[in-house]
Amino acid sequence: MSDNARLVNRPELLGILALAVLLVVILPLTLDVFRLNLVAKYLTYAFVAVGLVICWGYGGILSLGQGVFFGLGGYCMAMFLKLEASSPENTKIQSTPGIPDFMDWNQITELPFFWKPFHSLTFTVIAIIVVPAFFAFIIGAAMFKRRVGGTYFAIITQAVAAILTILIVGQQGYTGGINGMTDLRTLKGWDIRPDHAKIVLYFFEVACLFGCIFIAQFIRRSKLGRILVAMRDKEDRVRFSGYSVANFKIFAFCVAAIFAAIGGAMFALQVGFMSPSFVGIVPSIEMVIYTAVGGRLSILGAVYGTLLVNFAKTSFSESFPELWLFGLGGLFIAVVLAFPNGLAGVWSDYVQPRIDKLMRKKSPKNGWTDTSVADGAPAE
Amino acid sequence: MLIGHQPKDFLLAVEGLTVSFDGFKAVNDLSFYVEENEIRVIIGPNGAGKTTVLDLICGKTKATSGAIHFRDKDLTKMKENQIVQAGVGRKFQTPSIYDDLTVFENLEISFPRGRSVFGALTFKRDAVVRDRVEEVAEMIFLKDRLNMSAELLSHGQKQWLEIGMLLIQDPDLLMLDEPVAGMSVSERVKTAELLNTIIKNRSVLVIEHDMKFVEDIAHKVTVLHQGQILSEGTMEKVKNDPKVIEVYLGH
Amino acid sequence: MFGEYSIGDLGAIFAMQGFAGLILFSVYVLMALGLAIIFGQMGVINMAHGEFMILGAYVTWMTSNFFQTFLPSLFSGYFFVAMILAFIASGALGMLVEWALIRHLYKRPLDTLLATWGLSLILQQAYRSIFGAREVGVELPQWMMGSQHVTETIEVPINGIFVMCLTLLITMVVAWIMYKSRWGRQVRAVVQNRVMAGAVGINTERVDCYTFGLGCGIAGIAGSAFTMIGSTGPTSGQLYIVDTFLVVVFGGAASLVGTIASAFTISQAQSTMEFFMSGSMAKVLTLLAVVGILMLRPQGLFALKVRK
Repeated sequence: MSDNARLVNRPELLGILALAVLLVVILPLTLDVFRLNLVAKYLTYAFVAVGLVICWGYGGILSLGQGVFFGLGGYCMAMFLKLEASSPENTKIQSTPGIPDFMDWNQITELPFFWKPFHSLTFTVIAIIVVPAFFAFIIGAAMFKRRVGGTYFAIITQAVAAILTILIVGQQGYTGGINGMTDLRTLKGWDIRPDHAKIVLYFFEVACLFGCIFIAQFIRRSKLGRILVAMRDKEDRVRFSGYSVANFKIFAFCVAAIFAAIGGAMFALQVGFMSPSFVGIVPSIEMVIYTAVGGRLSILGAVYGTLLVNFAKTSFSESFPELWLFGLGGLFIAVVLAFPNGLAGVWSDYVQPRIDKLMRKKSPKNGWTDTSVADGAPAE
Repeated sequence: MLIGHQPKDFLLAVEGLTVSFDGFKAVNDLSFYVEENEIRVIIGPNGAGKTTVLDLICGKTKATSGAIHFRDKDLTKMKENQIVQAGVGRKFQTPSIYDDLTVFENLEISFPRGRSVFGALTFKRDAVVRDRVEEVAEMIFLKDRLNMSAELLSHGQKQWLEIGMLLIQDPDLLMLDEPVAGMSVSERVKTAELLNTIIKNRSVLVIEHDMKFVEDIAHKVTVLHQGQILSEGTMEKVKNDPKVIEVYLGH
Repeated sequence: MFGEYSIGDLGAIFAMQGFAGLILFSVYVLMALGLAIIFGQMGVINMAHGEFMILGAYVTWMTSNFFQTFLPSLFSGYFFVAMILAFIASGALGMLVEWALIRHLYKRPLDTLLATWGLSLILQQAYRSIFGAREVGVELPQWMMGSQHVTETIEVPINGIFVMCLTLLITMVVAWIMYKSRWGRQVRAVVQNRVMAGAVGINTERVDCYTFGLGCGIAGIAGSAFTMIGSTGPTSGQLYIVDTFLVVVFGGAASLVGTIASAFTISQAQSTMEFFMSGSMAKVLTLLAVVGILMLRPQGLFALKVRK
């Protein structure tokens, strides 16, 4: 029989391969650069969605503030790119050359201290991981150690999202304000704007996404994944099995925060700007719906959910802008009322059984949907 | 540190324990001592504070005043999971297991290894774990149900599973809250048998109403009434105590 | 930042900003009352609460237009009519929503949160389709305009006083309903033990439905008050929902006094700080302070210790 030390079982492996073929072969071959670019933008949200599967689906911790971490990662990356774009030669028409244009417009004459380290790419990459993880740790430690969870936690994270947005918009001399950081040009001298650069970045992003998917999968298959499931169900009982519930929650929340931040950094690279409109309450809760549509217990489902909702959003708001909000609102309600396990649930309940029937397999339900947490079965 | 406070051979020393909920003292200045390998049964009428005493020892409820010493540790200052790690196990009144996991996973989670975040992340289901889980599963009559979702077990089987989870935890002090409540007659017999094997080589604190069962296993009985000790001693002594007969056994 | 003001000036500033914050306080209290009833009594997070408030605001706006066009002589009294209509409209919508949506989700609080968020998006778009994307403002009747001079430097807006008195009245009525009336006893019985309440003959489904309706209806009245401090647009409600949740949580979810005290603290802090710095920084500092305090004391300011 199967051994739990193995990272994926066969159906899961097939699911991952299918996604890889879709993202690496089919989409790049069939879509033009503009559309592929859109996919790249959507995939940056998929990082957040995958993190939410661990944090919300498995850990039962609903964070309505993932935009905060997406934003922190994105702004860290954008600060580096902005500094590179604001070299003294590029900005010699400013009253103070060598600082970002929005600072000049806001009568700031010297680069603020917290901007200075972002001249270094190494520091930036570390900051993209460490800054959000640190924030998540502080919020998580303060809340979970005092046993605040559920709806309270959701509201607090939402308030944090609101605070950060207002702060970014209000401090435009340091952050670029409501317009955000625009006109990002090069990464270590390599121009990120032309089509071929976008394609290279796309493949880099897909590689990172699969990295996150494998990490998430590893967490899910480890005993920690099972503890999260146990905790979601009976938090108190887990304490009496000798585990510190708070530490596990903090860990899940930090992992989700780091994934979101990587997504944000990718966004800044891929789309070429970063603004507070990806930080606040509305984008944060939209990121939750991606996961909900995909299936809150399915890592791969979260990726498909993100792509689908965003495709729907783009095509709807191109043709019927008024209908989109009705559609999105309806989607929230429908997913919660009728399909709590999202696309993955639909797949494992309706599609997988038929496939199994066709293939005449005897194996019980264990699709790429992760509904059967139970299948970390012991070897006999 | 505070070893001077207690004779060495007590495993558990509860001293002056009081807890009040909005002025109502559920446990009032309670003191008792449990020795190594002693089996102590707590009996008493409903609302006497029996379950609250267990809640206080395992950290579920915080004491208003008083001390609980387990070996050289003061449990009143520790968190639930630290108390478990120190060697105190608790079975709840209603079966409390993880419905979304299989029987195997329920037992595995209780295996005392990899309890930190990174320990859990790097935990390997090796031969030691598997053998132990299977051994325990055999004892709790669930060997052929290892891969079944715990949700699907019967009430009695869930009770056994929880006992199994405690067993695999291998605590030095085992606390059982009405372990045979809600069981069928045949399940009761099997459970009594099971309990008799698992209470060996450790101290046990049991709450139970079934007097026959109490007589069978108890080394010493403590009778609680309104948060205080009414009587304490051997079953024989307690049974003949007029105060006990009046408030409890007489009914 | 206080350096350039004398002590007397500062006193006057605090007093004036304090009175200016009265309407904000009233809106917070009314919104939070509705939320607290729904959250505290039913454990449901209603993310669409702001949209129920805005419905009340739109109803108030329509009523004022109606009076202006058809009954100009009675215009001075339109506000009372508008308030009642706002209560009815929001309350009825609330009951409908409870019946169609919320009652299926009582055991899944986090899911209710998502579903009601979806509802709020639908309502926002509905307002935009019906009333247009532009914000609308309400004209105040003559007697509510202007202000009362208390001293030479301190003046108090009349509409602020009026709205606050109204708020206190409504709060007292709600307190009476929840703590003294037979219906309130039924609500509390359902909260404490749903199964038992059902067993002794309380129609728990109807109690849930009316409770939700009452909470939303009060939000509608908050919308009436809201028309006096801001113009009404499809998304105006969204700005208030997080603040209001913080008010409820900060006050301790089940405590009426706590809700009022925390609404007062938060609205006054914000209003006073707005004089010294930009509105957005005042808001950041207020929210930060509240979140910080909640991290230290998550049960809120006024929570009871109960035996679990």
